[in-house]
Amino acid sequence: MSTKNDRPIRAASRLERVLRAGLFAVTAELNPPDSSDPQAVYDAALVLSEVADAINATDASGANVHMSSVSLCAILVTAGYEPVFQMSCRDRNRIALQGDLLGAAALGVKNVLCLTGDDVTAGDQPEAKRVFDFDSMHLLRTLKIMRDEGQFLSGRKLTVPPRVFLGAAENPFAPPLDFRPHRLAKKIKAGADFIQTQYIFDVPVFKKFMERARDLGLHEQVYILAGVGPLRSPKAAEFMRTRVPGVVIPDSIVERLNKTPKARWQEEGMQICVEIIQQVREIAGVAGVHVMAYRQEEVVNEIIHRAGLFPRLSPGAFGGSKALAANG
Amino acid sequence: MRLISENSAFAKRLEKLVLPIEEASKELLFDCRMCGQCILHSTGLTCPMRCPKNLRNGPCGGVRANGNCEVYPDKLCVWVQAVEGAQKLPLWRDHIYQVERPVDWQLHGTSSWVNLLTGRDQVQPAGWAEEEHEHQK
Repeated sequence: MSTKNDRPIRAASRLERVLRAGLFAVTAELNPPDSSDPQAVYDAALVLSEVADAINATDASGANVHMSSVSLCAILVTAGYEPVFQMSCRDRNRIALQGDLLGAAALGVKNVLCLTGDDVTAGDQPEAKRVFDFDSMHLLRTLKIMRDEGQFLSGRKLTVPPRVFLGAAENPFAPPLDFRPHRLAKKIKAGADFIQTQYIFDVPVFKKFMERARDLGLHEQVYILAGVGPLRSPKAAEFMRTRVPGVVIPDSIVERLNKTPKARWQEEGMQICVEIIQQVREIAGVAGVHVMAYRQEEVVNEIIHRAGLFPRLSPGAFGGSKALAANG
Repeated sequence: MRLISENSAFAKRLEKLVLPIEEASKELLFDCRMCGQCILHSTGLTCPMRCPKNLRNGPCGGVRANGNCEVYPDKLCVWVQAVEGAQKLPLWRDHIYQVERPVDWQLHGTSSWVNLLTGRDQVQPAGWAEEEHEHQK
C-alpha cells in the first residue's frame, strides 16, 4: 500500500498541504448556530481562523438540530475560510449523501469527514427515524469512488468528479479496545486520507492505541489528528462523560477541576487541554490536533498559543505548488 | 457462485420452502433480522443487523466503557460480541478486517440461503465492484 505522502494530491486544500508538508496541523470545530442569521458563524470563524488550518462544520452532532453542515460550509467558504464538511449517515441515505458531496464540492468544499453519527436517542428528538442506510466505511468508499473513478456508486458517470480530501473519525477509548486499530485500518482501506479522533483525556490509553497503529504501519498511510478540547466546568465534564456517546474522562481530571475554585474552572480546563496537546504532540504518528471547544470557540486561540503551536506556518511552496507540480 | 438461476421457477419454489425454515432457525440461533445477504461468518456469528445503526463494518464510537450499546444501555454491543466471536472461529477469522459492502435493502426479508445459491447476494453496485477490483490489484 502506498504511503500517505506519495499518493496523488487529493484536493490541495490547506489542510492537505499542511499535512503533506509535515507541519503539525490544527483543526477546530465550529458548532453551528440555532439561527437563520450567519453572523454567529462569522463570529466563531473569525476567532478560530488565526490558529486553525481548517474549521470543522459539525453535522447535527449529538443528534441535535442546528444549521446544516453543508450550508455552514458554504458560508465559511464564501467568507474565505476552509471548512471540513462533516457528513453523518444518521439523517441521509446514499442518494442524499452523494448529492450533497457534489453540491459541497461545487461550493468550494475540499475536506470531508465521514461519520456514522451519534444515534437519534442522544439528542432532543429521540422519536425521530434513524436512517443509517450507510455506515461510515460505506460513505468513505463511495465518496472515494466518486472522486477517483468519477462515478456514482451505481456506476453512472460524473461529468466532473469532486476533488476532496477524505477524513474519518476513530475513538481509541471505546470497547472493543483491541479492535480499534484494526477499525482504523479498515477506514484506510475504505479511503480515509486523514483521521480526527474522539476527545483524548486519557493519554496513556491513546499512547497504546498509537503504538498498535504504528505496529500495523497505519501512521504511514494516514494523517492522524488527535482530538482535544477544554472542559468548562466539573459539571460539563460530568455531562460529557455520561451523556455524550464515546467520551471517556478519567476521574483524576474531574477531580482536578473539582478542586479548582469556580472562578478558575475555565482557566484550569484550558490548562488541562494545553498539557494534553503537548503530550500527544510527542507521540510518533500524530500529525496534528483537532480542537473541539463546544460553545467556547473563543478560547481555542489562546490554547493553541499556549501549547506553542503559534505562529502557524504556511504550507507554501513546500507542501503546495511543488507537490502539485509533481502531480500535474 | 451461481448454482441456480435467480429468476427461475425453481428458485421461487425453493424460496417458499426454505424461507420459513431459515427464518425460524436463524432467529432462534442468532436473533437474525433477515437482511437476505448473510455475513454471519464474517462477524463472529453475531448478526450485525441487530446493531441499531445497522453497522456492517465494526463498532461505532459510542460503545460504553462497560461494552454496552450506546442506544440500549442494558445490552452488550453487538460488535463487542462479534469481535470476540470472530476470534473463536476456526475459519474466516480474518473476514472481520474486510470492508463489507453496503446493504442491498431489496433483499430484506428474502432467504439468504437461496440468494447464496443464485448468487444474488453477491451483486454489488457497479462503482463498488470496480473499486474492489482496483483494491485487490
